[in-house]
Amino acid sequence: MDLLRFITAGSVDDGKSTLIGRLLYDSKSIWEDQLEAIERQSKRRDNGVPDLALLTDGLRAEREQGITIDVAYRYFNTVRRKFIIADAPGHIQYTRNMVTGASNADLIVILIDARHGVAEQTRRHSIIASLLKLPHVIVAVNKMDLVGYAQDVFDGIVTAYSGLARELQLPPVTYLPISALQGDNIVKRSAHMSWYEGPSLLELLEEVSLAGISEALPARFPVQYVIRPQTETLHDYRGYAGQISSGTFSVGDHVTILPSGATTRIARIESGAQQLQTACAPQSVVLHVEGEFDISRGDLIVPSGALPTLQQELSSLICWMDVKPLLKGNRYLLQYNTFRTPVVIKALEYRLDVNSLDRETTPDRIELNEVVRARIKTAMPLAFDRYTGNHAHGAAILIDESSNATVGALMLETEAV
Amino acid sequence: MPRDYLDTLESEAIYILRETAAQFERPALLFSGGKDSITLVHLALKAFRPGRLPFPLVHIDTGHNFPEALAFRDRLAVALGEQLIVRYVEDTIQSKNLQDGTGKFASRNALQTHTLLDTVSEFAFDACIGGARRDEEKARAKERIFSVRDEFGQWNPKLQRPELWQLYNGRIHKGENVRVFPISNWTELDVWRYLEREQIALPSIYFAHERDVIEYESQLIAVSPFIRLDPSDQITRRRVRYRTVGDMTCTAAVASEAATIADIIGEIACTRISERGETRIDDRVSEAAMEDRKKNGYF
Repeated sequence: MDLLRFITAGSVDDGKSTLIGRLLYDSKSIWEDQLEAIERQSKRRDNGVPDLALLTDGLRAEREQGITIDVAYRYFNTVRRKFIIADAPGHIQYTRNMVTGASNADLIVILIDARHGVAEQTRRHSIIASLLKLPHVIVAVNKMDLVGYAQDVFDGIVTAYSGLARELQLPPVTYLPISALQGDNIVKRSAHMSWYEGPSLLELLEEVSLAGISEALPARFPVQYVIRPQTETLHDYRGYAGQISSGTFSVGDHVTILPSGATTRIARIESGAQQLQTACAPQSVVLHVEGEFDISRGDLIVPSGALPTLQQELSSLICWMDVKPLLKGNRYLLQYNTFRTPVVIKALEYRLDVNSLDRETTPDRIELNEVVRARIKTAMPLAFDRYTGNHAHGAAILIDESSNATVGALMLETEAV
Repeated sequence: MPRDYLDTLESEAIYILRETAAQFERPALLFSGGKDSITLVHLALKAFRPGRLPFPLVHIDTGHNFPEALAFRDRLAVALGEQLIVRYVEDTIQSKNLQDGTGKFASRNALQTHTLLDTVSEFAFDACIGGARRDEEKARAKERIFSVRDEFGQWNPKLQRPELWQLYNGRIHKGENVRVFPISNWTELDVWRYLEREQIALPSIYFAHERDVIEYESQLIAVSPFIRLDPSDQITRRRVRYRTVGDMTCTAAVASEAATIADIIGEIACTRISERGETRIDDRVSEAAMEDRKKNGYF
């Protein structure tokens, strides 16, 4: 049994909450007392099924106003997998919330209303999925019951979306027709659409392959915490604790410590009280290296044969998440894995319209929920990978040092200078 | 190589614990002797051994705890050689002249928050690690892993920081502190399966035992000096276990024959009622009971 994290994208009107409620309900992940609670609140009832959307509305303000404030996380499992759903709201602050929810997702389910086809917001959801390079995309055409379960409606949407997927260079997309309200093709295959021969949504989610995405990449180990007991029996113990971001480390590997550039070999790998020969992402381990070095939190241990870029000026896509605008010349704190360094925004190169992909060059300010490509300079050299090649090791955040708020999500890029 | 999901959850929790130790000056691990905080201690040992834990274990003792859980707490702290700090709600009631709970199941749930906040300021803790899970309750589903609180411990759901990738921002202003939830992404069943896999010891009350109980609104409440018995109460001796361990006044037992964790997992797989719904009297007050308590500084 392994773990799949996914995000659902769609507005309230697309039936997103109903879809999530249906997955939880049909996989028997809803407890009876929770069902009774929503049945008490449920004003409308469709054919004996309670209003499943109510299952995902968490806070009082949301229930009162019928809105969703923030990303919520839902859990269910089958015998094959544990699933974590990031449930991001469909309207206000959409970009900020969707980027947040998608940042840890392996897969996105994009909901399209069968009556409306590929809409402007479908485009926006897909553009964000392409910016974050989500490895798996499922397009679920919902409300098929409202179009008479007609195959030509579904086929038309598949054709229209295929063009968008090509334009955005999305990974191969899987399409399926569903009705979240009626339960068609959610857990069980639908009896209403014999023309569709593929798996149900849950079957798809169970079968998606997660193997080898991150293990095949160059190995990266950001040092998180140094364990030095300094007791008599463990006088010389000095272990570098952290989580492997990508790739695999083995005892004996030749490694380089960045930013110092010192080279050595892996002497031991520990996990709990166990000694390992090999460890791979995303394991949390303790590495020991041969010889004595001054290694501390924020340093990076990498194979000597696969070094990342080390530079102080770089370009990055930034999704802006603060009400105070982003301006050229502003200073922030960059948090990149376990490393923090002051940065200054050298230039705003272009604003990327997440509805159209249009680029507006050299904008003078960037507002909340906008995406910009910016040039930044770091106070100390940064050893990093491009986000497009290595998600786990190419992402960073910006922190406003006066408010301490997290204000920007960065997908790092290098560029020939 | 597909990894077992418990390995993934364990690795994430260890990462969060190490982030907490690295980013804060004075963290603490809130330890009650319940299964979730026992799981946290086990994860902390994996994160920091052979070194010492970089934080003390802290318990806010309401005075209504199960004696078995308290004895377990003390034994574990001694066995590990780690520091245990205990602060008593009773002392807060005396020193601040607070009104104790009244009624049949007099709860010290709200009073507990006073003692917790006093303890946070007494030791200047800037981060408190807790065993809360997002599957427990609807308000918890929206809480961050690093959850910033003001000096009144208040949670403001509208002003949470976005939490992206595995980048946790623990920067705070003086007077603020952060509640850290390393097992946010675990469900009740995940915790039980992990306890089983890792062969982690638990207080005896988690397993089936004989106990005098009364039945109240179809829940089984242990007879103890902390609840008021009325003439209409029928005391019966039943075979029960606890699914969660909170105060004796607000935690209900469930009928059970489970002698091992495997038996418990089997029973949970068959039950159709949530952990809090089956065993917590305090969540039943209103639809938003948990949300309100969190906004006022509760975990």
